[in-house]
Amino acid sequence: MATVEVPQEKKAESTIPAPTQSTPKTITLRISRFNPSENAETKFEEFKIPVQKWTTVLEAILYVKQNLDHSIAVRYSCRQASCGSCGMKINGKPRLACYTKISELESNVVTVEPMNNFPIIRDLAVDFKQLFSTHKKMKPFIVNEESEVLPGTKEFVQTPQDLEKFLQFSYCIKCGLCNSACPTMATDKSFVGPQGLAQAYRYTVDNRDQGKKERLKIVDQSHGIWRCHFAGSCSNVCPKGVDPAMAIQLLRGYLLGFRT
Amino acid sequence: MRESIIMKIHYGTALGAVALVAVHILMRLSQKFSDSLQYQNVIANYHFLPYALMLEVILVLLSVHGFNGLRVILLELKQGATYERAINYGSIVAMAALVAYGSRTILMAGMGHS
Amino acid sequence: MTEQFSNREGIKGMINPTRYGLHRVAYWMQRLSGLGLLAYLIGHIYETSTILNGKAAWNNMLSLTETPGGHMVLVLVIGMCVFHTGNGIRLMISEGGKGVGKPGQPEYPYRASSLNSKQRLCIWVSIALAALAMMYGAGVLFGD
Repeated sequence: MATVEVPQEKKAESTIPAPTQSTPKTITLRISRFNPSENAETKFEEFKIPVQKWTTVLEAILYVKQNLDHSIAVRYSCRQASCGSCGMKINGKPRLACYTKISELESNVVTVEPMNNFPIIRDLAVDFKQLFSTHKKMKPFIVNEESEVLPGTKEFVQTPQDLEKFLQFSYCIKCGLCNSACPTMATDKSFVGPQGLAQAYRYTVDNRDQGKKERLKIVDQSHGIWRCHFAGSCSNVCPKGVDPAMAIQLLRGYLLGFRT
Repeated sequence: MRESIIMKIHYGTALGAVALVAVHILMRLSQKFSDSLQYQNVIANYHFLPYALMLEVILVLLSVHGFNGLRVILLELKQGATYERAINYGSIVAMAALVAYGSRTILMAGMGHS
Repeated sequence: MTEQFSNREGIKGMINPTRYGLHRVAYWMQRLSGLGLLAYLIGHIYETSTILNGKAAWNNMLSLTETPGGHMVLVLVIGMCVFHTGNGIRLMISEGGKGVGKPGQPEYPYRASSLNSKQRLCIWVSIALAALAMMYGAGVLFGD
């Protein structure tokens, strides 16, 4: 009778280095405070808080909110860069608070302010009305007379190559960081903005869509796509790798006759 | 006019101007720079019809490109129907005025009124 | 809505060339050089119009412009012209959707392919060409 030799369980030698101990340190968190119903002046409040090397800016703000000042207004939800709620200006640059670790800022003073180019509701919470309204204007859906669901019709064929043309742009979480970084948005309140333009391209290039002509007409306006000067700031701050600047230039290619 | 057409004009005038301004600068360098600016040399330039025509084309291209660029910057700085209309028409007027003023020099110097 | 409530960064934010990398610097330089060149064009057209008033008026104008200060302005104009041209050609090509990369699955740490090394190289080449042209221009103008 054949016997099977069962190897004795060996104690595995770990190849993963042991996690280094993080020494907590204290930093100063400067939070911009603004309440339009009380006064029209922005002031900064400073809080000394303990942080670990993995502490995110959002966690730091929530620490202050739980322990030091309950009245701070901040919008957040998923804490994992998926919902796009916690966009704010951190040390002068628009970032997601849940996605930015204090340690990567390499500063003992962290200043958080509401995102620029969005009206402030209170403290760090801003109003997204304009972003959502321009997003809606771009017809962010498949325009196609032939529906997939009617009897006698079949699914639209889409190859992986077709998918790759727009997939990147469909990762937009509408956090608004791109609009906040855009130099045109800094002064032009009528500009569509990189978020809206990138979404216009996302649907235009989808091979199931037939709304290219309509969308191109919408963006070919005085405050439309031509107010983008490829400063690249939108792509520089996008936390999801959407690269709105690329989408805008590709969309513009249709209007310039470089693409059909 | 659609914005895409305006911007195609903007790009076209830029490319045209680059080529012609290069010729204009090379003409200055065909002799010693200070000599090329001597009164009789400059007058001779204006009397040479192809060169005078080229200057006229450069004038139009750069005026259109320059004032459209300024229009774009000003439209982005402030918004409002009246302001935007003023900027749009204002740039056309400024463009035309500069072309007219420059053309007057080219025409009169070319015809010997100096 | 007041400006504070709208929280727009305004001109100060628009002209700030820091924070967002080389493309933002190029954007700022393109605008600044464009405005400078338009100002020069207007000045140049006025300057040349004095030729209609005769030789004395022309020479009088030359005595104002053919000075070390005037030459410095011209050297600056040469630099602005070359940078605006070089960077402008890059922008024209990019704005047609060429040279900005190809859409694909974004991978962490999400480097934007539109801000690729070829684009950055073109910006640096425009700056270098402008510097070279300024040096050559200075040689011609001050070497006379």
